[in-house]
Amino acid sequence: MTSLPDRPAGAKKLGLVIDLDTCVGCQACATNCKEWNASGHSAPLPDFKPYSAGAEGVWFNRVHSYEAGEGDQGRTVHFPRSCLHCETPACVTVCPTGASYKRAEDGIVLVNAETCIGCGLCAWACPYGAREMDEDSGVMKKCTLCIDRIYNETIPEAQRQPACVITCPTRARHFGDLGDPDSAVSQLVARRGGQDLMPELGYGPVNKYLPPREHTSAPTEAKPVEDAPTPMDIPNPLLRWMDRVLSR
Amino acid sequence: MNPAPSIVFFTTASGAGYGLLFWLGVLRPLGWGDGAPSLGAAAVVLALVLITAGLLSSLAHLGNPQRAWRAFSQWRSSWLSREGVAAVLTYPPALLLLLALWSGWPAVATLAGLLAAAGAAATIYCTAMIYASIKPVRQWRHPLVVPGYFAMAAFSGAALLAALAAWWDAGRLLPVPAALAALGGLAAIGLKFAYWRAVDAGMPGPTAEGATGLGAIGRVRPLDPPHTEQNYLLREMGFRVARKHAARLRQVALWGGFAAPAVLAALALAGAPAAPLLALGALLALLGVLVERWLMFAEATHTVMLYYR
Repeated sequence: MTSLPDRPAGAKKLGLVIDLDTCVGCQACATNCKEWNASGHSAPLPDFKPYSAGAEGVWFNRVHSYEAGEGDQGRTVHFPRSCLHCETPACVTVCPTGASYKRAEDGIVLVNAETCIGCGLCAWACPYGAREMDEDSGVMKKCTLCIDRIYNETIPEAQRQPACVITCPTRARHFGDLGDPDSAVSQLVARRGGQDLMPELGYGPVNKYLPPREHTSAPTEAKPVEDAPTPMDIPNPLLRWMDRVLSR
Repeated sequence: MNPAPSIVFFTTASGAGYGLLFWLGVLRPLGWGDGAPSLGAAAVVLALVLITAGLLSSLAHLGNPQRAWRAFSQWRSSWLSREGVAAVLTYPPALLLLLALWSGWPAVATLAGLLAAAGAAATIYCTAMIYASIKPVRQWRHPLVVPGYFAMAAFSGAALLAALAAWWDAGRLLPVPAALAALGGLAAIGLKFAYWRAVDAGMPGPTAEGATGLGAIGRVRPLDPPHTEQNYLLREMGFRVARKHAARLRQVALWGGFAAPAVLAALALAGAPAAPLLALGALLALLGVLVERWLMFAEATHTVMLYYR
């Protein structure tokens, strides 16, 4: 059924919070996502011409890098892009077969590979580019929020997190229930001013992005002390000792 | 957006077929074509051939065409599903119309014709709404998109009906469909002219700043792409190969595809040899709609490209 499920106000909304301040663009999340999901719920994630020119494949997570702002306010921002598990996902309602659906119990958006006809309309309807066609088997694929990890009782409880979250070396990714205002992720979003992407389109994305923190501007009077010699610059041990004494 | 040949052909051929069916269905009760059931039957056959060819072509677009029957199930929420249902529901009255024309049951033909016309209009509306409801494509959200689909179907359908009528009985049957074809051509020119002007003026929509949420820092521009090769998104939503030809193709559609058939229909009305002129007109009209439909895709931009360029 591609009509959206009736979900009460306090319903569980599992999703990700991505910290654009600490993300270093290392691609570990994308890589671990590919690794896990290549044999996970939506497996396989095919690659085409993997060992020659024109290599491409299906990925659930793509890490872009941008420049934002100008001059000394300008900065590089790394930006992982994946399914936002929207509250009113048009990718679900446009589906003619019912293959694309939103789970009533936790809000995760999934595709049933058994009934997908591969028309591609859901990918058109997604503003965020979260869906990629598996052109091998002719069905649409997308982020499952690692549904086969987060409820998986065969792995240690600490590992019941999406692959992208658990692998992130800078802890830029957080997983939790964004429908619960007291959850750690909701608190983090409140504290850091988490943002929706393109909220004007009305999809109600569940995943939030924490904007980069503002620059802590150094006081302008303090000049860098480039002309002062460091101990490394003084080869003579006696003079180095004198420099150290006089520098106290 | 990628102008997939299967979909461009589908909306052109089926659109013309539904337009033809619509005009036949509504003109017969008004007294047109009373004495020529064979013309009506030929028109229904041509319409059904075009519709069926288009629908079969649309199946070629699917990754799993053998599962296409599943697409009839989600009519509560999906315009694509509604299109499928409407298309299938239009077949019984269209076939009944054919049978009634064949067997000489005018009352049945009138009723079946009206039902078929309603089904044709509903199918065209559903097709148009598939596109008009895609929020990430601003060019498809324009209010002239749905009227545009109706205009193209009505124009190409009238051009086909006029061409058929010219073969049958130019003197008596020609004036109405030829006049409709001429008016349809003018309507198509007006509509597409207004639409393209609006699109060129720049339509409001999301920006790279809104797509990344980084607008508070300043202007956002891509530094490193997430992948250096192609992917499905770039091929499907990032099509821009021949967008540089758009201006010329628009002229081809406007003058070759819409104006020329209108002029040919007017010449036929004025007494020039109708059969060859209107056959040429119908061919040009179909080609014009094909070019227009190609541009509908090629000129449409998707928000996902905000992340890439």
